Amino acid sequence: MSEIVATNQTILVVGGGISGMTAALEAAECGKQVILLEKNPSLGGRVSQLYRYFPKMCHPTCGVEINYRRIKANRNLRVITMAEVASVSGDEGNYQVKVKISPRYVNENCTACGECSKAVEAEFDDEYNYGLGKRKGAYLPYAMAYPQRYVIDPRILGSDDAGKAKAACKYDAIDLEQQEQEVDLNVGAIIWATGWRPYDAAKIQPYGYDRIANVITSVEFERMADPYGPTGGKILRPSDGKEAKDIAFIQCAGSRDRNHLKHCSRICCMASLKQTHYVREKYGDDGKATIYYIDIRAIDRIDDFHRKVKEDPNVTFVKSKVASIVEDKATGNPVLRGVNTEGYHRYENPHDLVVLAVGMEPSVPADQFPADVTINEEGFIEPTSQGAIFAAGCSSDALDVNRAVQSATASALRAIQVVNRVAGMEG
Amino acid sequence: MSNLNTQMIEKYRNSFLREVEANVEEGEWVKMCMQCGVCSGSCPFGPHWEHPPQEIFMMIRAGKRDDVLTSDSMWMCTSCYNCIVRCPRGLPITHIMHGLAHYAHRLGLAPKENPTHKFAIKFWDNLTRTGRVNELKLGLALYFMNGFSEGIKTSLKMKDIGLGMWKTKRLSPMEIVGGHKCKDVSGLHKILAKAREIEESKAQKFSG
Repeated sequence: MSEIVATNQTILVVGGGISGMTAALEAAECGKQVILLEKNPSLGGRVSQLYRYFPKMCHPTCGVEINYRRIKANRNLRVITMAEVASVSGDEGNYQVKVKISPRYVNENCTACGECSKAVEAEFDDEYNYGLGKRKGAYLPYAMAYPQRYVIDPRILGSDDAGKAKAACKYDAIDLEQQEQEVDLNVGAIIWATGWRPYDAAKIQPYGYDRIANVITSVEFERMADPYGPTGGKILRPSDGKEAKDIAFIQCAGSRDRNHLKHCSRICCMASLKQTHYVREKYGDDGKATIYYIDIRAIDRIDDFHRKVKEDPNVTFVKSKVASIVEDKATGNPVLRGVNTEGYHRYENPHDLVVLAVGMEPSVPADQFPADVTINEEGFIEPTSQGAIFAAGCSSDALDVNRAVQSATASALRAIQVVNRVAGMEG
Repeated sequence: MSNLNTQMIEKYRNSFLREVEANVEEGEWVKMCMQCGVCSGSCPFGPHWEHPPQEIFMMIRAGKRDDVLTSDSMWMCTSCYNCIVRCPRGLPITHIMHGLAHYAHRLGLAPKENPTHKFAIKFWDNLTRTGRVNELKLGLALYFMNGFSEGIKTSLKMKDIGLGMWKTKRLSPMEIVGGHKCKDVSGLHKILAKAREIEESKAQKFSG
């Protein structure tokens, strides 16, 4: 790996999702030196795993591609993948950051031809598809991955597969001797954009995510709807592979709940409203969607979207927090039990498939932040007036993409102010 | 503020909610309910009672004092705690239900013929007499709760169990005269009288 140059006028961005990429690009395009770290083998983050955006129903791949082109075109921006921050010390204008870089076992010679993947036999759960499908032990994280470079899963090292992959490569790109590296960076400001992860649905015991095959999460449903996803864009029941045409969406699955996440995750209502479009897109008038909700929180201009979905005769709204789900053994249908609070009607409704609109929690647990930041009781980073570590996107709060990008741009400006001050002091 | 506004505020200034907050154990939680319905859906007795918890909470806020206090709903609670476990706001729903039942009884509004209410009174009277539960007397009182002939029938049905308990020294027939008691019965009665006095003085301003 070539030398990484960083000075106290460099801005470090931690996390290469939509927020991190935005913050890094905004700063780099202002002429600042930026280093962007990403833990995974590719940039893109959770946005790259979405099928469509609300409210315009356009494809995130489009915006992600624009960002990748901007990154490629910018000489001020250095991207380091498979890198994690181990520790941060120092203060505003002069931080020392230890970065741990995991080996990819594939060097820059890689042309992404895919011969290594064909040669390898071992398969593992595909993280990109939330484990719904399998991928090979030598793989490209996803079709649009940036950088376009394969990865060797460390679990095949020492097996025949590793040798097969190496033999299949025509470009001498596979280097099984690569080691973990530790790099010390001196930077002036840090933008923290480590994002979110879906709340562990198995913890919501009455909904049986861990027991009932046809109870899935909203992020998994997103992968199912994608034509490049594990089911080729078909909405299939995990239990028997049949098409699911009668789909229930359960809101606040883990959010607004003192037993789980106390906060409202903000995106889930809109995500489910958006996903009712997928049902209509796949099945037309044959598809049925039912949304079980406490109250729909579609705020400001996106309430128009909510109203349009309400006009769809194939979408039913039930004002109720579902009490429990049991499986009908004969059909595999999840049966939802609860009380419709509009009239106190008790129901016991079978559906083909249940989608839990799971909440957002910060990716980094509150007690594992390597940097000195103030964490609120929901686990998000609080803005403080001290230091120059700025949270961007979902590490600062539960945000949709639109608001995450706004937050990222704001944090880029704060970081630029810091390095400008440093430059001023150094004359 | 205009006069009309003030009138509307007065109209909606709900005295029953404040009454519940002041006099019902855990009653100050009622306003925290967000009407999600998970308690009603989780209640194993749900289909059998008139108003499930979340409906009771809405009725309290709507000022339906008589409907709430004369309802048999709170008396149907079996304390399974499903609602408490699942409530996203952490309301102690089971305890509120018992608090409401107790308050309705104190005001004399509880449904007279409800079996849980009747048994609760028998249990309390039995316990407070000596400071110890007299199981023999309590059991017999329960058997004869619905009349003499039913009492005889139930007693005969249960006699083998009673004899079995006697043989294994779980039940003494001597309990029928007096029975065992706590060390300072009159002291206990003084405590209970004082507690009642405090409770009643608190409830005074809402009675009627």
